[in-house]
Amino acid sequence: MNNDMIDILEDRKDQIHRTGAAPYAMDCQKRSLAGSVSQRACVFCGSRVVLYPITDALHLVHGPVGCAAYTWDIRGALSSGPELHRLSFSTDLREKDVIYGGEKKLYAALTELIAEYHPQAAFIYSTCIVGLIGDDVQAVARKVERETGIPVIPVQSEGFRGTKSTGYKAACDALSRLVGTGPTHHLPDHSINIIGEFNLAGEAWILRRYYERMGVHVAATLTGDGRVNDIRSCHGVKLNVVQCSGSMMHIAKWMKDTYGIPFIRASYFGIEDVSRALYDVAEFFGDDTVVERTRDLVRQEVKAILPQLSLWRSALEGRKAAIYTGGAFKAFSLVRSLRTLGVKTVIVGSQTGNQEDYELLRELCDEGTVLIDDTNPLELQKFIRETGADLLIGGVKERPIAHKLGLGFCDHNHERKLPLAGFEGMVHFGREVYASLQSPVWHLTYRSSGPCKEVS
Amino acid sequence: MTPSYVSTRNPCKLCAPFGATLAFLGLEGCIPLLHGSQGCSTYIRRYMIGHFREPVDVASSNFHEQAAIFGGKSNLAEAIFNVVKQYQPRVIGIATTCLAETIGDDVGMILRELSSKAGNVDLPALVHASTPSYHGCDAEGYHAAIRAMVDQLAGNQPGADHLALFPGMLSSEDLRYLRDLVEDFELPVIMLSDYADRLDGPTWDTFHRIPKGGTPLEQLYRLGGARTCLELTSIYEPARTGGGLLADRFGVRHVRLPMPIGVKLTDRFTRELEAISGRSLPYRHAAERGRLIDSYVDAHKYVFDKRAVLFGHEDLVVSLSAFLAEVGMIPALIASGGGNAGRLRRAVLSAAPELEGHTRILGGVDFAEIEEAAVQVQADLLIGSSNGYRLSRQLGVPLVRVGLPIHDRLGAARVMHVGYRGTQQLFDRIVNALLEARQDGDPTGYTHM
Ligand code: SF4
Ligand code: SF4
Repeated sequence: MNNDMIDILEDRKDQIHRTGAAPYAMDCQKRSLAGSVSQRACVFCGSRVVLYPITDALHLVHGPVGCAAYTWDIRGALSSGPELHRLSFSTDLREKDVIYGGEKKLYAALTELIAEYHPQAAFIYSTCIVGLIGDDVQAVARKVERETGIPVIPVQSEGFRGTKSTGYKAACDALSRLVGTGPTHHLPDHSINIIGEFNLAGEAWILRRYYERMGVHVAATLTGDGRVNDIRSCHGVKLNVVQCSGSMMHIAKWMKDTYGIPFIRASYFGIEDVSRALYDVAEFFGDDTVVERTRDLVRQEVKAILPQLSLWRSALEGRKAAIYTGGAFKAFSLVRSLRTLGVKTVIVGSQTGNQEDYELLRELCDEGTVLIDDTNPLELQKFIRETGADLLIGGVKERPIAHKLGLGFCDHNHERKLPLAGFEGMVHFGREVYASLQSPVWHLTYRSSGPCKEVS
Repeated sequence: MTPSYVSTRNPCKLCAPFGATLAFLGLEGCIPLLHGSQGCSTYIRRYMIGHFREPVDVASSNFHEQAAIFGGKSNLAEAIFNVVKQYQPRVIGIATTCLAETIGDDVGMILRELSSKAGNVDLPALVHASTPSYHGCDAEGYHAAIRAMVDQLAGNQPGADHLALFPGMLSSEDLRYLRDLVEDFELPVIMLSDYADRLDGPTWDTFHRIPKGGTPLEQLYRLGGARTCLELTSIYEPARTGGGLLADRFGVRHVRLPMPIGVKLTDRFTRELEAISGRSLPYRHAAERGRLIDSYVDAHKYVFDKRAVLFGHEDLVVSLSAFLAEVGMIPALIASGGGNAGRLRRAVLSAAPELEGHTRILGGVDFAEIEEAAVQVQADLLIGSSNGYRLSRQLGVPLVRVGLPIHDRLGAARVMHVGYRGTQQLFDRIVNALLEARQDGDPTGYTHM
């Protein structure tokens, strides 16, 4: 089939732009079109992403079984202790529950699960059906909370009530019920929270080690390797460092309004961004020893990884990449990290970016880069072919598109099994990109950018 | 006995629209569309991609609050319209999610209205199945979709005198093999549904809106003229299946058989093919059968009295039980997330009566319950999906991955289960898993086993 025949749906035209082409206003943050095969999931998915890594809480999905089944242990959020989050709990609503209501079942499920697993708190995720049958989840939660003595927190995550971002907000609202309910006297002076960090493949541990070396204490990570008690006390810090701002900015803003705790945005991907993040935190405390230690840390770490990176760079110079992420903030770091490796970004998009994000991306990217919001498989195919990208960076849903088209693929999503954050993460990332692009298997496949290569 | 839990802990089933989506993907030029909100279709896609490692495009009618309250009619119409524009499909296979079912959208009526209003706009064929997950699992959804295709697409157009084969939820390689097997009897075959190529295809030399492969619509239009319909299920009654409807509506002879796993069940299948075709088992299949039995003999002592825990969709575990029984293994625990214990027990004992009194059968259970029961049966081996890996680690016994989902190994689409060939592969894998466990656990570490 000819590429020109892939047309963009009329209603999606304002969600696609090319840098350099005037005038420009990304029409983002809107609902996916009916019938468009969006790569987004739902409100529930957004909430689940944010709260899932809390390891000692019970996560009960209130609804039919599917919503829970598809999210059972799919993410790589590691724990240094309890692993309750890795189990899947559902009320598995049946026909009679749908007719007569699911409150009794919800109550029984909560009671038995709390008795069996002794969680520190329980989250109840409402899925679509619950929104319809009108269960009074709040009332059940209050009752169980009274009876068991642990916080039982409803999460308003019915899939149809918005987009994934709505789910982030619902999760932050749920978290705000915990924050501020614990003691803070044990927290040292230089304490921070890392927010929007989910400890995928142990990334939170890498960051924690950096901060410790700098002399900064991490009171809580929200929510990677999370513990309910840490979250209850996390309002005792001096600063919130917010990563992946799309998902958890709400809670940082809320803590600023409620407790006067300032926040800064940070990204830990790529040499430039991780260094910037650490310096920003050091400068915030304005303590010379901290600043000095940070400088040493960055110097040592960069020195340790540069030789390897430049080796890869010499092999990769001039290759082209497409980026499609959940939140847009990560995309900035990816564009820069790829530059470090000599790889040019030709397509960049996200499921949930906002206007400001896209404006920043436009400034950051080279002219002619395609910017896309909430795209779908057919559009991705079209632009990959037009730009001749050699590599796609995205999540599991994007992988087969890349592979079918004969392109390398790197997983930079919540299911990754390799830590990509920090300086050592940059080495993993470099190796991933290198292995994806240099593999000899591409000599045997068809390439989107040209005719079938001769096999010799 | 394990306490009976109200909640489901680590489900051993997927939801009904998953099965329906799978069935629709086996129709040529079909885009599945889930009527409901966005999450269900994205999750189902993601889960299928994890198993098949192939592109799986599933559209959604993407309900918002308005639709959830007043019905999703306009969303569905818009979704169909947009799918047509982007994909130019020959068929759109619509399955309802829990949400649409609860609201009570009458999809049939919406589609009829749409078709009558479309006038001379070219709409693809539209087929819809009702698949509320709150009364059925993935296998149920699969059969509902097959039945819907027979109901809404099958016709009586004249054509070759063929065999209709309804294989059920099997792997791509199983489907390919079954087609070859039937064709070796020189029987023209219409297989419904056939996602073999679509969900296990080559890399592309050009763009595809919809990957190649699947049962062509033209074949469905001729389905009513089949000489026999062979349907591979021991669980689903004709009143719930496509084969049953084909018999009712077109008077097609309908034969239900268990999925052919093991020598005995495969013999039942090939004997039926012999009867229909009037030919005897072709040489290469007879030879495969011979080699399979020879390997049973070679390995009989390795497997004798070994105790296995089986889990997966009901039709699969029923036939696997019969296969294990015929090689002298004991399926000590047979479990499925779907259905209920009663119907599973009846089906297992009808396929392998010798298991009476030697096995524990659990229907409609989750993995927490399977784990609790498995601890008591002293299993040597687990046979089931990747979701059993937790249990395998916990018990320290190997897991032979079969069925769906297999999301922690390569080649899920090429795992074989059925026929002499599929059984051979399965048997080799089982024996080798047992040998490997024995070798690794042995202080001497013999190199000849
Ligand atoms: S709502 Fe129903 S259809 Fe959707 S994922 Fe949940 S169980 Fe499946
Ligand atoms: S039912 Fe609703 S909450 Fe569950 S997966 Fe579907 S859209 Fe999401």
